[in-house]
Order: sequence, then C-alpha cells, then structure tokens
Amino acid sequence: MNKYNYFPGCSIADGAAKAYNESTKEIARVLDIELAEIPDWNCCGSTPFSSCSELGSICLAARNLSKVKEPGADTVTSCSACYILLKSASEYIKNDPEVKRKVDESLAAAELAYNGSSNVRHLLDIVVNDVGYEQISSKVTRPLAGKKIGAYYGCQIVRPKFGLDHSENPQLMEKLITALGAEAIDFPLKTNCCGSYFSVSTQDKALDLMRRIFESAHSSGAEMLITVCPLCQLNLDGYQSKVNKKYKTDYKLPVLFFTQLMGIAFGIDEKKLMLKKNIVSPAAILSAGKKE
Amino acid sequence: MEMTTNNDSLVNEISAIPGGEHVNLCIQCGSCTASCPNADLMQHTPANIIALIRANYRQEVLTSTTPWYCLSCYMCTSRCPRGVKPTNIMHAIEEIALREGVESEKTTTPALYRSFNHYVVNNGYVPEAWFMMRYLLTTNPFKAFSMASLGIGLFSRGRISLKSRKLSSKSRRELKTILAKAETLGGAD
Repeated sequence: MNKYNYFPGCSIADGAAKAYNESTKEIARVLDIELAEIPDWNCCGSTPFSSCSELGSICLAARNLSKVKEPGADTVTSCSACYILLKSASEYIKNDPEVKRKVDESLAAAELAYNGSSNVRHLLDIVVNDVGYEQISSKVTRPLAGKKIGAYYGCQIVRPKFGLDHSENPQLMEKLITALGAEAIDFPLKTNCCGSYFSVSTQDKALDLMRRIFESAHSSGAEMLITVCPLCQLNLDGYQSKVNKKYKTDYKLPVLFFTQLMGIAFGIDEKKLMLKKNIVSPAAILSAGKKE
Repeated sequence: MEMTTNNDSLVNEISAIPGGEHVNLCIQCGSCTASCPNADLMQHTPANIIALIRANYRQEVLTSTTPWYCLSCYMCTSRCPRGVKPTNIMHAIEEIALREGVESEKTTTPALYRSFNHYVVNNGYVPEAWFMMRYLLTTNPFKAFSMASLGIGLFSRGRISLKSRKLSSKSRRELKTILAKAETLGGAD
C-alpha cells in the first residue's frame, strides 16, 4: 500500500466539489492508496490570498506541511490551486534561504516548525505515475468503449512548470482515458484558462473564454470532458447554460472529475461517485449503447 | 504622468517579493502580452507594465487595472524566454497597491479578493456561499439575481450550504499569529 498525506482543500472537503473528495476516496480504495488527511489543515489561500501577500501564502502552506501525519511521505492534493500554492511554497522554502528564514520565523511565533521535507504532488501524478496505467487498466470492470472523452487540464496543474507534464500539450489524461477503455479526444484549447474567479467578477470575459473551450472540445469530437480542478469543473459545468444562452449554442458537455470517470470504469456505484451533483448530467452518454 | 523621485525604486520593491526577483531580466519581447487571454482588457499590457516598473512609474503601475485582470493562468510565465514571472509580478503589484490602499477601483476583483481573504484569515477556511454573499453585498447586491439560477442549481444538488467546516480555535489562533508575524516581515528586506 502506498501512503500519502492528503490535503483536500476547501472546495473539495466541504464545498462545490464534494464529489471530487468522495470519488477520490473510492478510487483510492480500489488502487490501494492510503490518504492520511492533514489534521486541522487551513485554506491554501488560492489566487486571492497569494496575490495580496506572497510571503503570507507561503506561510499558510508551511503551516499545513508542518502538520502532516507522515513526514516522510509525499503530500497529495487534488485541487490545482492548492497544488500550485503548496508546491511553489515548498520550492521557495527549499531553494530560497531568505524566504525560508522569514517562514521559519513566522511559524516559530506560533511554536511550529517545518523542516521542508514533504514533497508536494497532484493526485493525477500519483495515479498515473505511482500506480501506473497498467495497474489502472487491470481494475476496469466497465470499459467505456466508444465514449469520446476530452481531457481538460486548465492552467495550474501544468503551469508554471513543475515538470509534471508539458505546459501546453500534456498527455497524462489522454493516456488515462485510453487506459480506462474510452476514446481520448485531444483538443487544442485543453490548457487554456476557463476564466477562474472572473465567472463572478468579470463574467462576460469568462463566458467568452469558456465558449472557446467548449467550441474546441466539441468540434474535435468530445462528448464529455474530464478535469482535475474544482474551479474549472464549477465554471464549465455551472456556466454552460449561460454560455449557451449568450452565444445561442447548444453544448451539452458533462464535465466530470477524472476520479469520477475512473470510478465509473471501476464499476463503483454511481451514487458513491455523486454523479447527480453534476449540473450537466452524464447519464445519457454513459447509458448509450449499454446492454442491460 | 510624472516620474517619481522615490529613492526606493519600484523595481527593488517588486524584486523583494517572492516571484518578483527576475523583473530586471525582461527583454521586452512581448511574449507575455501575446500569451495573455486578458491583455485586451488591461489598461497596460503585461510587457508594458514591466517596462513601467523598471522606469519607476510608481503611481501609474500601482493604480493600473492591469494586475486585477490577471487570471493567474501562468501562460506568460511558462513562455517567458528569460525566466521572468509576469504572473507573480502582477501579484506583487497587487500586494503593494493594497498595502498602500491605492488599488484600481475600475474592477471589482479587489473586492472579490478581500471577501475571500476575510475568511482565509479569520476562519482558516473559505465557505463558498458566505464568501460569495460577502462579495455581492460589498459590490452590487442586485448581481445576486443574475446568479440565482446557478445558486439554485448548486443548492439543490447539495453543492453549496450555509454550514461549513471550521478549524479549532487553537488552529485559528495559530494561523493569525503566523500571518501577523509574516506581515511584519513583509516582502521588503
């Protein structure tokens, strides 16, 4: 069994992306991954906090990393924003003595210390590189033959470059989709921005960015998308009808967390994967061509 | 537009914030601007704002709408041939502008960030429903109507709720102590 420290983050633990948490736990069980949640973890700060206090946001990450249950094990998160914040903080602490001094001093004020040992990784990295495609294929009980699935990466899992995959043309999820028995649809805008928080503050712009992504995926033949980020999922799923209304389009692209798709292929009960939480329902596509 | 004669040049302030350290390596090739999905909305393009920083146009930079239109997609950062991190430079501008209270009021992004950060600092956790309501109340409560259908869609699926996870009071105290200390250490040396 592979052991990891687990940082769920706000949206996944108790927010709009609960289905990501539940489906992660379900596939972890099948793949023999143990996730030890960091006790009383705090918010990573995401883009809003790191924009307003870069040093403060490194300290937020350092507090979390100082609390891990398994100091020798890697720390895994499935949210792209949490990933980038925890990852870049740990890199600064490792490589910049001046930043490390300030972080040490800040943590010491609360009688905490972080020795910089924990390696931060995204859940996708663990699944495809530690478990591996072969092992994943061996667990498939409900092959998704004929389903055309596009992998939407968004930004913060591939940029800035932490070396997980190519920053504009990654392939990890295409290979994952193939390993699950479905057809991977590669589309040009798979690492373009979904609009992030602008879906709220500057909505016209965000809707335009989303429209381009839907257009790119749909015209490439995708009938469903998978993603690795709670905010990308919320935007592309929740605002799809607004895009359709504004641009007089008719996209019906369900947007699943990659863990939900894995769970489906592993034959896990759809209730446990919380597929009903998806606004654009994947039911019709999943049942098409199925012989009961 | 006038040149400031501040001895602490803006370039030094930016360089002192993690992520701003390579601002002086920029060769003005414009790759960042060409890669930016929001350059059309910005008062100054990314390459332009870096040039203004280096020319010490302090007021112009700190009051620009530019950083607030940054989506943090990091396309510019991954494409920069000189290892400059324009995304982080945008964050650094935001940090200094907020500290001095001179941020642009032409976008509601600062209000969005303030609402989010209120919960980060005080709860150590961001409950999505409360964060959104706080933002709408401080900007334009009527905007809530335009978000009603999405809100209902999420609520009926149990994806938003008014109850939320809470950190222990000990953890919240810890967090405040750490952040208060970090603030005294600031970005500058």
